[in-house]
Amino acid sequence: MKALRKLLDKIKPAFEKGGKLSMFHSVFDGFETFLFVPNRTSQSGTHIHDSIDSKRAMFVVVIALIPALLFGMFNVGYQHYLAIGQAAGFFQTFFWGALAVLPYIVVSYVVGLGIEFTIAQFRGEEIHEGFLVTGMLIPLIIPINTPLWMVALATAFAVIFVKEIFGGTGYNIFNVALMARAFLFFAYPSKMSGDSVWVSLKDYFGFGQEQATIDVYTGATPLGQAAIAGGDNLVLTGITGEPLSWWDTFLGLIPGSIGETSVLAILLGGILLIYTGIASWKIILSVFAGGAFMAILLNIFAVNPYMEMPFWEHWCLGGFAFGAFFMATDPVTASRTEKGKWIYGFLIGLLAILYRVLNPAYPEGMMLAILFMNIFAKLIDYLVVQNNIKKRLKRARIAQ
Amino acid sequence: MTDVIKIKKGLDISLKGGAFPEVQSASYTENYALCPTDFHGLIPRVLVKEGEQVLAGTPLVADKNKPEILFVSPLSGVVSAVKRGEKRRLLAIEIRADQKNAALSYPVRNPLDMDGVKVKEALLEAGLWPYIKRRPYDVIANPRVEPKAIFISAYDTAPLAPDYAFILKGQGHDFQTGLNALTKLTKGKVHLSIPAGSGSGELKNAQNVEIHRFEGPHPAGNVGVQINRIDPVNKGETVWTVNALDVLFIGRFFNKGRVDFSRLVALTGPEVYEPRYYRCVAGIQLSALLKGNVHKEIPLRYISGNALTGTRVEMNDYLGAYDSQVTVLHEGTDVHEFAGWVMPRLNMFSMSKTYFTGLVQKICPRKQFDADTRILGGERALIMSGEYEKVFPMDILPEKLVRACITRDLEKMEELGIYEVAPEDFALCEYVCTSKVEVQRQVRAALDLLKAENGEE
Repeated sequence: MKALRKLLDKIKPAFEKGGKLSMFHSVFDGFETFLFVPNRTSQSGTHIHDSIDSKRAMFVVVIALIPALLFGMFNVGYQHYLAIGQAAGFFQTFFWGALAVLPYIVVSYVVGLGIEFTIAQFRGEEIHEGFLVTGMLIPLIIPINTPLWMVALATAFAVIFVKEIFGGTGYNIFNVALMARAFLFFAYPSKMSGDSVWVSLKDYFGFGQEQATIDVYTGATPLGQAAIAGGDNLVLTGITGEPLSWWDTFLGLIPGSIGETSVLAILLGGILLIYTGIASWKIILSVFAGGAFMAILLNIFAVNPYMEMPFWEHWCLGGFAFGAFFMATDPVTASRTEKGKWIYGFLIGLLAILYRVLNPAYPEGMMLAILFMNIFAKLIDYLVVQNNIKKRLKRARIAQ
Repeated sequence: MTDVIKIKKGLDISLKGGAFPEVQSASYTENYALCPTDFHGLIPRVLVKEGEQVLAGTPLVADKNKPEILFVSPLSGVVSAVKRGEKRRLLAIEIRADQKNAALSYPVRNPLDMDGVKVKEALLEAGLWPYIKRRPYDVIANPRVEPKAIFISAYDTAPLAPDYAFILKGQGHDFQTGLNALTKLTKGKVHLSIPAGSGSGELKNAQNVEIHRFEGPHPAGNVGVQINRIDPVNKGETVWTVNALDVLFIGRFFNKGRVDFSRLVALTGPEVYEPRYYRCVAGIQLSALLKGNVHKEIPLRYISGNALTGTRVEMNDYLGAYDSQVTVLHEGTDVHEFAGWVMPRLNMFSMSKTYFTGLVQKICPRKQFDADTRILGGERALIMSGEYEKVFPMDILPEKLVRACITRDLEKMEELGIYEVAPEDFALCEYVCTSKVEVQRQVRAALDLLKAENGEE
């Protein structure tokens, strides 16, 4: 480590103001603080500080995403081999999926970090860590067949117009990763929904020729099936036509966006988030409660089988769980008051199920529910703050 | 005696270097000073010249806006220097002490037999007034405005804080006389807050005041938290606060008929060889306490006060007027920690469960942690939410108030309760902040602005 430190100290002057490479100052600073904790000491206020910083917080979220990512990789391979009717071992399945998913992660990070580095340098700021999480979230919430250039475009759009325009990490109104997905959803709807986007049929890790499928193949996600199903009975099936049980949707070997299918894997990461306190358990709990509330309400007034679906099945379908743990809890865009978090989460769950069941144009309601509530988070906070203010005014009046 | 008030939110930061309960005299020094910079917002007028003879209690400085508030010499000697800094800002009036310890003499009086106006005049004249502070603004009290109540916190929960019960031991008489004097200054109550389990007779048996018992982690001992629980400050109201250890100065003055600024000071911190209490006089040059007692091989930070709210000083500076604690920490400029953000950091304290402080404390509950003065991260916009709320036990939304302070939104600040708080109440928020926001500086700037806007002197 000492050699590395020496090397950094040696090349540092070149990156300082006036140095030959000063145009890369932010990048150098980013790498230096990534490798070594800055030795800057406190100049005002408290003389000691807690060990936590934003790098640690973001790092924990990335760790929490890993189970969902690994499972997603496996599932991409699994669905692929299932669709083309080939048998494949565990490792073959996993590696096929891993190699198919990897380009998305690379594209998302390269594009996003590239823009972040440039803007940080332009503003003369440090590089902020927010995109470490966003860059991992974006690949996990898109279908495996999304073209890479679209991912690049959506990432660039989200980073520039959703985050940096508002001032950067900590100032954005909308969840950056979800806006990237929303961008794709509205700009290229045919690539973000339907029957053909969820399972990769191409022969080389998502590239090349499409292979022939087995005869009974159907590529629709369970939510897609539910949205278009008419008639009296609703039987959700996997891509081979086998009916899906609740357990199947919990484990997640079903078609869907890359990281969202397995509630089990999401839960593993979610437990870490809740334990470390990086995500608010209040928001997570209330999202599930809101979803259950709406589902039960729909059960009571049910006129079709979809409305009769029990809440625990809703919880495990689509992006509900992923959204609850990783999207709704983004502290910057969520409600920032403790009371507000309950309301914010509850309404997300409620709206997600409402959109999902009653609006067939949007088979998945989670994305829109969270983005919608991102706007209202500020209003909820405003009401909570007003409540606190009123209490203080009342106390003052009594005192007089 | 009222019920125990339980504080749930907060954080006890466990550091190495708490003071052993033993007392030693500080090594001899003739260097003392009165530092007007210790009194926030004071515009000083110097009353003495270099070379002038002074006694303990001789006024050195007066408040330019309220000339009745005097600041006096802690002991007898010669004014050796009037030190000024940038823009001729008065930094210190240095006194070379003689060993006579002569003092201006006053009649010995019992404050209970005096009326309030006389007590006030006596305190102003003796230079004891600056020890009475006020909320809002956390500055020296305005003698022209009567407070609705006076609050005294009789313990300190800050990291490595001195044990007030230990310091007050055997000084019950002076303490009670001081309390008696304070009761004369307000028509309202004088509230004394003591720790719930305290066995200290000096505290438990205090008379003429309302005793409240508090329990819980830091900042339960902060007077601001106690005010918020007992009788919160509304807009337009004023309360005064006095540190229990400064009450002794007031008591001694009435009992002895002269000022006596002797203090027991806790020398604490991980870089002190033998952390213990030192007997000394207010305004002492810190080298008398520190020399030969601190680790030398690393850069050090000396703090007059505690690690959260204290003032950064150098070895040749002087003990802060309100301070009974000196903390010495490792100035971490020489530390290059590799990838600290992924490391377990078992030896460092953190409230966050992303580190293992909680587990370590479960395994060995008496574990004490290292600390240095590094910020340990980059400054960011506020990202994490709910952090401040965990360590801020008042009925106030801390993050919203801090944001209002940062944006200098006066109306919002007022609505959100700025009149109840002092910068020290936000020290823990600043400590735990993931985004490393300088919360105390922002709150102080907001209070100054508000004070100016309200036309208060």
